[in-house]
Amino acid sequence: MELTVTDLAVARGGVPVLEGVSFTVMAGEALVLRGPNGCGKTTLLRTVAGLQPALAGQIGLEREAMAYAGHSDGIKAVLSVRENLQFWADVFATGSIEPALEAFDLNGLKDRPAGSLSAGQKRRLGLARMVVTGRPVWVLDEPTVSLDVSAVEMFAGAVRTHLRGGGLALMATHIDLGLDEARVLDVRPFKAKAPALDDFDGAFL
Amino acid sequence: MIALLTRDLRLAVRAGGGFGLGLAFFLIVVVLVPFGVGPQSALLAKIASGILWLGSLLACLLSLDRIFALDWEDGSLDLLATAPVPLEAAVSIKALAHWLTTGLPLVVAAPVFGMLLNLPGPGYGPVVLSLLLGTPALSVIGTFGAALTVGIKRGGLLLSLLVLPLYVPTLIFGAEVARRGADQMDYSTPMLLLAGISCGAIALLPFASAAVLRVNLR
Amino acid sequence: MASIWEYANPKKFIATTDKLLPWVSALAVVALVSGLIWGFFFTPEDYKQGSTVKIIYLHVPAALMAINAWMMMLVASLVWIVRRHHVSALAARAAAPIGATMTVIALVTGAIWGQPMWGTWWEWDPRLTSFLILFLFYLGYMALWAAIENDDTAADLTSILCLVGSVFALLSRYAVNFWNQGLHQGASLSLDKEEHVNDVYYYPLLVCIAGFILLFVALVFLRTQTEIRARRTRALLARERLGQ
Repeated sequence: MELTVTDLAVARGGVPVLEGVSFTVMAGEALVLRGPNGCGKTTLLRTVAGLQPALAGQIGLEREAMAYAGHSDGIKAVLSVRENLQFWADVFATGSIEPALEAFDLNGLKDRPAGSLSAGQKRRLGLARMVVTGRPVWVLDEPTVSLDVSAVEMFAGAVRTHLRGGGLALMATHIDLGLDEARVLDVRPFKAKAPALDDFDGAFL
Repeated sequence: MIALLTRDLRLAVRAGGGFGLGLAFFLIVVVLVPFGVGPQSALLAKIASGILWLGSLLACLLSLDRIFALDWEDGSLDLLATAPVPLEAAVSIKALAHWLTTGLPLVVAAPVFGMLLNLPGPGYGPVVLSLLLGTPALSVIGTFGAALTVGIKRGGLLLSLLVLPLYVPTLIFGAEVARRGADQMDYSTPMLLLAGISCGAIALLPFASAAVLRVNLR
Repeated sequence: MASIWEYANPKKFIATTDKLLPWVSALAVVALVSGLIWGFFFTPEDYKQGSTVKIIYLHVPAALMAINAWMMMLVASLVWIVRRHHVSALAARAAAPIGATMTVIALVTGAIWGQPMWGTWWEWDPRLTSFLILFLFYLGYMALWAAIENDDTAADLTSILCLVGSVFALLSRYAVNFWNQGLHQGASLSLDKEEHVNDVYYYPLLVCIAGFILLFVALVFLRTQTEIRARRTRALLARERLGQ
């Protein structure tokens, strides 16, 4: 299993933001994308996860291999922690939610309504969902926002377990993830250049 | 898929607002009509079937924006789109959940409200039957409208503007069945046409809904 | 390689329509003026309807164009869905307000004609009702275009709405027929010579219809050009932001 991205170009709101992005992530490896705000990290991740079409280039894996976690966790406030997680386990047909509860230390909270959790606890629930999906490629956007130090360690531990199991991870962040072994890719060099002004073709840009 | 259905039903029951609200709205419409047109029971009996159809249509419309808006706001829709369930199936399940929480209660309540409106005796069967056949189409068409407007902030009014013209054929045939039934006429032709519209909508519209949802998600 | 699709390039489209526009507009004016003058002043009055019959020269062409504008939007939407030519989506957008206006003209002239003939401004007759529903479809279509910021998203959503809407508009047409048999006379035009209105009225009517078609084409050209330029402006603004 490896994720190969070749010459990828992505657009946000119809405007190209990154182009010529190429990288390979091997099984057991984590790649961290870095770059300033608005440079297109989220767009790149959403494109890789298959949520939006690429302008150009290839993504070497089917979207069925990807599990995506974005800025919002998709948590239903009126359902309990266990129900929230069990729903995704059922949707992805993976069965047990115990390892996920274990990995993010949610066992003590599992019968609480998710609406009563703190921001950090909600985030942990959102990340526990990745374990439940059972998919080999984790695509994570700012995974450690609002997590405290011990929760960041939990996250790093969960990612390491995932990598040891032959999975791989693609992440975007500004904050230290506690994953020193992860490779870092700066996306700034891939910033899309404006096309020539007289290129008045079908795409208008 | 069953998981999605049970979750949606559970959310509708627990979150309040979804489940009972449509029914309460239906009741209010039924109560307001006699204030508007006067209390003569002969007049009410004549228009009862039409009011029941209009009331259920509006009650359906009222709860449409909840189908996708909440899942859109908290990011579940993104996650659902990457899940192994095809989006067409997810959309159909959502429409089914909407029908179970809105359409079906309206069908069940219609005879009671028909009594309030002095609906003639032979009209009860056809009214319930036409609503039973017609409300699934209302839910499926409404799901398409909700998918169209999901990315738009405060899209409720636009949703009504888009969905109501699409409701015209269903309303015409549904109300025709109810009216003919109340007048003790043969209502098999409009009933078959109504069933045809429902079947066609259920079979084809989820593809359109999933397509517009994909466009809105990117 | 000459292909019809080369006009899908915005630049090529503007260059070509710039050349065509004056001719089409001039022909439209000539056809409309001659057709209307011929129709209004040089046709006999109907033995039953008197001079009111002459509103036919506005009513019938407007009603025809109201339907044909939607047809054109449907075709343009299909082209956008299949071939992703931006001009096609913008042409559909440009045609919608024209079609809506034609629908209003048909409804209003119909009401003015109906008042002396049927003694009522409005009747829930199938044809009238269908046009009112068509007008609602136009409103929804335009509102959806206006509500969405991203041009490509808007183009995708409105074209699917146009497809679905066409099916439901057709269904409504038959549903309404079923619901109420009406007062409206049969079709004024028909290929069957026996059926349609008398020749005296027929030829000026054809000229008027030609005028309305030309007027529609000219307006669509003009409005599509405007839409392309507006789109280009937005693209340039986005480009500015990109440069920063």
